[in-house]
Amino acid sequence: MEDAATRTAWDTRRHDRSARLEAASRYTDGKMFAAGVATALLEALIRPFDRICVEGDNQKQADFLAAALAAADPGRLHDLHVVQSGVVLPEHIDLFRRGIAKKLDFSYSGPQSGALARALRSGMIELGAIHTYLELFGRYFIDLTPHVAIIAAVAADRQGNLYTGANTEDTPTIVEATAFKHGVVIAQVNELVDAVPRVDIPGDQVDFVTVSPKPFYVEPLFTRDPASLTELHVLMAMLAIKGIYAPYGIRRLNHGIGFATAAIELLLPTYGASLGLRGRIATHWALNPHPTLIPAIESGWVEQVHCFGSEVGMQDYIRARPDIFFTGRDGSLRSNRALCQVAGLYACDLFIGATLQIDLQGNSSTVLPDRITGFGGAPNMGSDPHGRRPASEPWLKAGAEAARAGGGTAPGRKLVVQLVETFGEKMAPVFVERLECHDLADEQGWAVSPVMIRGDDVTHVVTPEGIANLLLCATPWEREQAIRAVAGYTDVGRARDEAQVARLRARGAVQYPSDLGIAPLAAQRQLLAARSIRDLVRWSQGLYKPPGKFRNW
Amino acid sequence: METIDISHEGLTALPGNTPWAVVGVVASGNLEILLERASPPDTCTVRIETSAEGFAPIWQAVIRDLVARHATGGLRIAINDGGARPDTVTLRLLQGLSMMAGA
Repeated sequence: MEDAATRTAWDTRRHDRSARLEAASRYTDGKMFAAGVATALLEALIRPFDRICVEGDNQKQADFLAAALAAADPGRLHDLHVVQSGVVLPEHIDLFRRGIAKKLDFSYSGPQSGALARALRSGMIELGAIHTYLELFGRYFIDLTPHVAIIAAVAADRQGNLYTGANTEDTPTIVEATAFKHGVVIAQVNELVDAVPRVDIPGDQVDFVTVSPKPFYVEPLFTRDPASLTELHVLMAMLAIKGIYAPYGIRRLNHGIGFATAAIELLLPTYGASLGLRGRIATHWALNPHPTLIPAIESGWVEQVHCFGSEVGMQDYIRARPDIFFTGRDGSLRSNRALCQVAGLYACDLFIGATLQIDLQGNSSTVLPDRITGFGGAPNMGSDPHGRRPASEPWLKAGAEAARAGGGTAPGRKLVVQLVETFGEKMAPVFVERLECHDLADEQGWAVSPVMIRGDDVTHVVTPEGIANLLLCATPWEREQAIRAVAGYTDVGRARDEAQVARLRARGAVQYPSDLGIAPLAAQRQLLAARSIRDLVRWSQGLYKPPGKFRNW
Repeated sequence: METIDISHEGLTALPGNTPWAVVGVVASGNLEILLERASPPDTCTVRIETSAEGFAPIWQAVIRDLVARHATGGLRIAINDGGARPDTVTLRLLQGLSMMAGA
């Protein structure tokens, strides 16, 4: 133990930083270093047991430097503690496979979910915790501050000023935590320029820069082809708009990335307009720039959108719509994951998204056998922040409904809506007695099961069968029966108590399409404002440039 | 392929007089349904030809709810199923009934 009376040195981290910079200096020319010495530079800079972030965002990753680090000598670099939001590249797993890294705190794994599960099972990775984005970002400033951050940007100048392009995403948060706690920040950029279009990260927060041999790759994660939308998606979207958005007056919201939420976006200018809802719902968004939002924007529905990240092909469109999007002085999108997550958590009245499994109390999970996908942002978007103060019409109405049913004393409630079909791929039932994530927790010995959105935060479950309003359910038994009522022909749905469901329906806790005046024949694809990617291009007046995989003309 | 025959009697007759209707398409994950007024007025018969075997109890539950909740007497329903999930089946059946009842 060291106490204040005996402590004489108060700037060890600063000295440590100077020593690292000195060790790296033989590989650098000013702030610049050549791609070919990347591994040697990282070996000189990083030390065993360091906490390290190799920027792995939802869309943008420091892929070149991740590979350079994975090629390091495990005799020199070992036992690193990886603290980064996304473990999404094979190289992120290679760090552990090669013994360079040992411990992991992360948020999301996506394409590496299978490899990550295997690595945990074999003991190759020692897991700290799976976080939401905000939980991990929060810990960056408390007890998981990186010693070294490896980040990615579009361009740099020789002073180290960085232009991230539209995918700013996590970068400012990572750099804030690292640079101001005497860590080292290393950037890979696509190009070196005399002057960056705008400064996303000031040069005095960046220590070293290299030009990557290849630009970092960005996957179009948020593009849903309208051609893939079915009449079921249209029906679910109609239920959500008429049964939830309209009665609660939802203006501030966040959408997940499912097909049914894309259908909602595409029904606003058609079905929504026919209900007289323009200007009354869906005006202010925390949302990536979904191409399927273009028709609603062009029809005057949307006042503004703040983005977590960007989307491939949307740059010219965004640049031409600065009234709608947050853009820099250079005209391109400025996204920011941490701030948009805060907006989604605290400033939105509704989250709506899909999931893979829902249990009898409304708990949901995306964990499947042998896959650990992590949380990303959904548990923050899809949770009621109990400390919220400012009132809004939907928040008060939901709070009043909950209070009437005896559920809580808070004046308001955020609406958290699960929008799912009753069966998923290969006839896998979405509604289940027990979530498979509990098996994973048992196997791994985790104290808490990796439930994505907790049932007590969920206010509505929407399926093609109808809407279960859990706010109006007074007891666990009623919640269970309301969920069973919309669970269709899954085992969970077929075990419903018809008499109880009839009572719930009589007081509006269960609503079928016919109760909302939605006729099955009305659920037609013709209602979609765009029925193909090409339609979206037309709506955008040619400004949306879909990536090749979505072009079929 | 599996063939499932289901029949319910003592039903309320379907209103309207549209003689037949077809909804949907035969495709993977989809289904085609032919509805005809070709059964006794209190009877609904359903024949399902499906590429997905082992789901007879679910089909029986779907049809049981259909005849319990809607007037289906007099209908003969032929379903050519390409492995559609129950949500799609239900939506198509309701669309077919709406067409037969004739708005």
